[in-house]
Amino acid sequence: MSAAARAAQLGMAHILLEKTDHLSDTIFRYQKGKHVMATPSQLVLRSDMDFDAGKREKILQTWNDQAASQNVLVRYRSEVTAITGGPGKFELKLADGDTINAEAVILAIGTQGNPNLMRCPGGDLPHVEYQLDDPTAILDEHITVVGAGDAGIENALGLAADPEQRNVVSIVNRSADFSRAKDANVKALTAAAEEGRVTIFTETSTNRIEADHIVLDTRDGELRIPCNRIIARMGSAPPRGFVESCGIEFSSKDREAFPILSPVFESTAAGIFVIGALAGYPLIKHCMNQGYDVVEFINGNVDLKPADEPILEAKFRTLPGKRSVDEWLDLLRTQIDILRELTPLQMREFTLDSDVSFVRKGDVVFERGAPGSSLFNVAQGSVHVQVSPTDSSIIVPIGTGAMFGEVGLISGRKRGATVVAAEDSILMEIPRTGALKLIATVPTVKRAVTRVSIERQLLQLFKAGLSPADIADVVESAETISVRAGDAIISEGDESYDIYVIRVGSMVVERTIGGKAVFLSYLPAGSYVGEMALIEGGRRTATVRAAVKSEVIKLNGDAFRGLLERNPALLDRLKVDMATRKDVNAHIETMKSTFSDVSDMYSSVASFLVENGIGEATDVLLIDEKLCVGCDNCEKACADSHDGLSRLDREAGKTYAHLHVPTSCRHCEHPHCMADCPPNAIHRGIDGEVFIDDTCIGCGNCQRGCPYGVIRMDKVPPKKPPLLNWLLFGTGPGPGEPSAKWSKKHGNPEAPKKAIKCDMCSGLEGGPSCVRACPTGAAIRISPEQFLSVSQMQKGD
Amino acid sequence: MASQLSGNSKKRLGGTSHVSFLKHADYRWLKISAALSALALFSYALIDVEPRHSGSSWYGYTLGTIGAGLILWLALLGYKKRSIKPGQWTLKSWVSAHVWLGLSLIIVATLHCAFQFGWNVHTLAYVLMMIVIVSGIYGICAYTILPKHLSANRGDMTQAEMLDNLRSIDRQLHDATQPLGMELATLIGESLSNDPFQGSILARLTNSYPDCPTHAAFVTVSAAAKDRSVDNADDLVRASQILSRKVAALSNIRRHLQLKAQLEIWLYFHVPVTFALIAALTAHVVSVFFYW
Ligand SMILES: Cc1cc2nc3c(=O)[nH]c(=O)nc-3n(C[C@H](O)[C@H](O)[C@H](O)COP(=O)(O)OP(=O)(O)OC[C@H]3O[C@@H](n4cnc5c(N)ncnc54)[C@H](O)[C@@H]3O)c2cc1C
Ligand code: HEM
Ligand code: SF4
Ligand code: SF4
Ligand code: SF4
Repeated sequence: MSAAARAAQLGMAHILLEKTDHLSDTIFRYQKGKHVMATPSQLVLRSDMDFDAGKREKILQTWNDQAASQNVLVRYRSEVTAITGGPGKFELKLADGDTINAEAVILAIGTQGNPNLMRCPGGDLPHVEYQLDDPTAILDEHITVVGAGDAGIENALGLAADPEQRNVVSIVNRSADFSRAKDANVKALTAAAEEGRVTIFTETSTNRIEADHIVLDTRDGELRIPCNRIIARMGSAPPRGFVESCGIEFSSKDREAFPILSPVFESTAAGIFVIGALAGYPLIKHCMNQGYDVVEFINGNVDLKPADEPILEAKFRTLPGKRSVDEWLDLLRTQIDILRELTPLQMREFTLDSDVSFVRKGDVVFERGAPGSSLFNVAQGSVHVQVSPTDSSIIVPIGTGAMFGEVGLISGRKRGATVVAAEDSILMEIPRTGALKLIATVPTVKRAVTRVSIERQLLQLFKAGLSPADIADVVESAETISVRAGDAIISEGDESYDIYVIRVGSMVVERTIGGKAVFLSYLPAGSYVGEMALIEGGRRTATVRAAVKSEVIKLNGDAFRGLLERNPALLDRLKVDMATRKDVNAHIETMKSTFSDVSDMYSSVASFLVENGIGEATDVLLIDEKLCVGCDNCEKACADSHDGLSRLDREAGKTYAHLHVPTSCRHCEHPHCMADCPPNAIHRGIDGEVFIDDTCIGCGNCQRGCPYGVIRMDKVPPKKPPLLNWLLFGTGPGPGEPSAKWSKKHGNPEAPKKAIKCDMCSGLEGGPSCVRACPTGAAIRISPEQFLSVSQMQKGD
Repeated sequence: MASQLSGNSKKRLGGTSHVSFLKHADYRWLKISAALSALALFSYALIDVEPRHSGSSWYGYTLGTIGAGLILWLALLGYKKRSIKPGQWTLKSWVSAHVWLGLSLIIVATLHCAFQFGWNVHTLAYVLMMIVIVSGIYGICAYTILPKHLSANRGDMTQAEMLDNLRSIDRQLHDATQPLGMELATLIGESLSNDPFQGSILARLTNSYPDCPTHAAFVTVSAAAKDRSVDNADDLVRASQILSRKVAALSNIRRHLQLKAQLEIWLYFHVPVTFALIAALTAHVVSVFFYW
């Protein structure tokens, strides 16, 4: 749209082909009244269309008006199904059979894709729909929802919510369970079915659709039920297939990959340009700027500086040596190994996300134990890694072009060593999301990072004065394996003797005693396992299984044995570790013989915690329900120390043996919530906390992404009068989260909803307010490594 | 940039210890409180005050000042509890100190007045203080015994979910009532209009609801459902099944409310009487200085 507007301004012949009957479908589909945000704020908007933060309706209205007044030529209901031909003579085939000729094509189709269609006979009838805008507008109908993912379930519940609408709602699911949907939705659906508001058909598919009936293939045979409307919610196919069919190549097979583009947004199919979310820029401002730029480029204005130029200028301003932005970008690209293969366009993008800084000799870049998951690259100079926690003179040098900090990037855990600048240097710090994108889009980066990270992880893990040369053949033999939650990498009784290093996720060690699996210990990412069988020979004495989806490095046992023979110091080290582990095992076995139910209790509490996803947590709130008096002071304190909104729900969550896991952020090792945040507003902070910054646009992706349901979308309530006023005169709502009514009365109705979650009270002296506010000591926040002691405490009394 | 990140420099009290408020810091406040009480007892026995021990001797004033200071400090917990400002302290440590030092008041105050009681404002302050203390003792008993029952009773349900569950049963009950006769429908209607939060505080505390309309409806409907010969027999069975689920859900939620009430009731004595105590204490101190 922005591109078409520029073309209109320049007087170029253009046509904007739009699949639906309105502009900007993605934004059109936001929920009504959504506050749309205009981030990044430092980026200036360069478009003939206006855009500023505000309500969805207002923005769409502005664009419709401006498209009309600027004579933008739009052809609605024109879905492009194929693009053939080449530069100067493209043919665009439309779904309605027409063909459009063009000299150049700009693809700005976003990433929403097309919904999967009903393929059975009658699937093309007009009462088959793929979206439900307003469930309350449908009255007195027989409706069948096909597909029981979250979207389908929410639609079905919406249609059946109000008995006054007199709808008869059925939902059809192909499998027996609802594995694709959120727990809360499944619960609500089953409840609705029990109340007779919705009929559920599982293990059922649609056979055919008739004018006012639908025929289902159920497990017990064909069933024909009345049906005036079908809502098909069977997921959607990403537009990648269509894009590739136009001859455009993607950077890799990975799902996250984007099309390969030149600095002027031209794809590998000459004459076809790609911009917007499809090109990997999900923010509206980027999309609009690119629309403007790409048309300028096509029009021959190749000197146009991108709108992000001033931001980059500011980034480079503090560096020594006066260079232009392009010179700096070039320097970084040619100096840093992993960036060498990037296109200038990608280079710009990664630099925008990153920090480039100058450090003096002796400056500490980061310290051991500090949290952080960004990737550093040395653009100029070199740094020293202090590998030993006690002796700062043991160092590993890292020279120009090399990277460091990648272990934190992979495992999300704290930094394993202190890094100091060895001379005046220029460093580039790429944040985790940027680095992951880089790995996903540039295959050579992926290989380089994997190799280096395995090597470094081993060096760090085994220390003992090893050098990269010592472990070269072990690294060569190494294999990265992903393990599904619950799968075992080592089984008790096996004869293997390979060693495993946990790269991502965590593992539990169990042993079968008297026919029952007894929990022995918990291994977080960054630990190794399997040394006993290698050193002492014999069969595996325990089973090691993944607590959550994990990734391990498998080191060949023979190669590792060779390494041990050459390095007796390493052997000694492993023996020390092994002795500790054996002590734990022995302790648990003696316990077993004396009080068997106690150790059962111990392992069942441990497995309860692991089942509740604590294996991927770094810090989790637990409540000892033998002490919790239900005063909710924890929630109140949380709200009072954070803008008046509580970030924990004490009562909700699972309980086992009086140990309760409330709904509150666990600060996952690999936060699912971070995966898909358009403005990249979720970070890991100084204390290891996962937090959301002010650039949140309220899109709700993180809320959907978090498997533990800890993120809420809400408006920040207005400030309350001081506590003393309430105590003495009863003014204001009192401590804790103000009631919705009070906030509504005193608050700003225009305030946007944002994502709210626990930030571990980072920056507040004394730490978590929820824990500090508990009068009885029921609430504690701990890391998974501490579970053992808590579980043991539980069994103690 | 990361060079400024210094890591976990701040001390976090989060996971430091997992012990109850009574055992906090290895019973530190119990020990301090016991020492204070012992000191008071010893000095009371050893120090000879002429003509006899009383509140208005120099010794009495000393204990009185300590006692009044303690009371004011104890009352401060009400503010502290609602104002969790950042800092190196936990409410648990405050409550621990509150409980143990609060108990030492029994000795400090009794020795302060030297067992001289009468019908006056001084003794009123003493009695009020004892009421606060006794309610506090009930409080710690409740805090020690009840939470595990609360937890066991609610399982993985929240109070809101319990109420939701009840409402959804009510909706089914409403539908199931339609085919039944007038008489039963009215009976069930009473159960439907009954609010689980209704009932006196006493009923809630003792969890006894002799006039529970749901229970009455269940008894009648299930008796009627035994008769398989009537034409709406199936409807009756369905209604009685739903009613039996409602009875179970109600008893679950009532037990929850009972436990919560037992956990909270004492604060309704502890706090208001604290205010009365402070008023009486002020009167006591003023009158002492006035008559001096
Ligand atoms: C809930 C939500 C909230 C968000 N909030 C914000 C926010 O507050 N601020 C912000 O900056 N960003 C936000 N975003 C991100 C932003 O909306 C999108 O990244 C952006 O709209 C992408 O723009 P685009 O032009 O690349 O693609 P789209 O906006 O998806 O536009 C593509 C258009 O092409 C049409 N089309 C697709 N295929 C064809 C075809 N074959 N033929 C013809 N036409 C076709 C589509 O119908 C659509 O109209 C949010 C996203 C979501 C999902
Ligand atoms: C004269 C002495 C005392 C005074 C003035 C006093 C006053 C108070 C006050 C004002 C509160 C705050 C309650 C609230 O705001 O919710 C409180 C809480 C409490 N008191 Fe006392 N108290 C006294 C003695 C005691 C004693 C002797 C005990 C125990 C044996 C005790 C146990 C408690 C407990 C456990 C709480 C914590 C309640 C909670 O936070 O949930 N108190 N007291
Ligand atoms: S919000 Fe959810 S996904 Fe993100 S860190 Fe917290 S628990 Fe993990
Ligand atoms: S740690 Fe802080 S932000 Fe997190 S739940 Fe507790 S009080 Fe709230
Ligand atoms: S503050 Fe402690 S006792 Fe009160 S509800 Fe929270 S965990 Fe339970």
